[in-house]
Amino acid sequence: MLVISFHRLSITFTAAMLAVLAGDVAALGAAAPDCNWKIAGTNQIYDVKQFRGKALYVDFWASWCAPCALSFPFMNQMKGELGDKKLAIVAVNMDEKSADAHRFLESHPANFDVALGENAACAKAFGVSDMPSSYIIDQSGMIRFVHRGFRRDDSALLLEQVESLLKTP
Amino acid sequence: MVRFLIAGLAIAGLLSMAACAPVEPWERGILAKPYMALNPSPVNSAMRSHTYISREAASGGDTAEGGGCGCN
Repeated sequence: MLVISFHRLSITFTAAMLAVLAGDVAALGAAAPDCNWKIAGTNQIYDVKQFRGKALYVDFWASWCAPCALSFPFMNQMKGELGDKKLAIVAVNMDEKSADAHRFLESHPANFDVALGENAACAKAFGVSDMPSSYIIDQSGMIRFVHRGFRRDDSALLLEQVESLLKTP
Repeated sequence: MVRFLIAGLAIAGLLSMAACAPVEPWERGILAKPYMALNPSPVNSAMRSHTYISREAASGGDTAEGGGCGCN
């Protein structure tokens, strides 16, 4: 039990240190900024506050960004494995032309929510400095983990971080 | 006259500073296109360089810096 909690602490500490080095001090531990997301394929507009009580994985991506394409299979896998455990995933598109995003989504199908439209204000509010950038937000709406970029090796750490939030009562 | 010149230079300087607007990470789509790379086709360039070096029998002979000694 002690070993597990120490392991969880070390993950949190490592992520916090990496985020501090990347200049994410303001975002980490702060409340997630309020954004309105137009979800593709629906007429719904989601609000960040709507996800209170659920863990939320927010990923800022663009069609021209090669690591973003790598992150899509990971997010599909995460949705498949943890989707029923009170986790929501929103991939926020940052393409300047929506046609580029639609073309990307045809070749990279997503089984999670994708926010299309004008999202620059939201990205600024989150302090996005790299593409892709992902934010793991806890059930109370606080940003707990921040990741810049995406490599296949990151999958295990990201999954662990999301799972650590889901274990929180 | 000198004053006008200085004022003109100052205005030109200020105007040129306006061109230094930061580009947000999500606005770099065009910069990320392959044709924006310094070397748009590195594999092709490497092959061409290899052929050239073999023909000249001088490693580094395809660049301005390396004249090649002809000893390889």
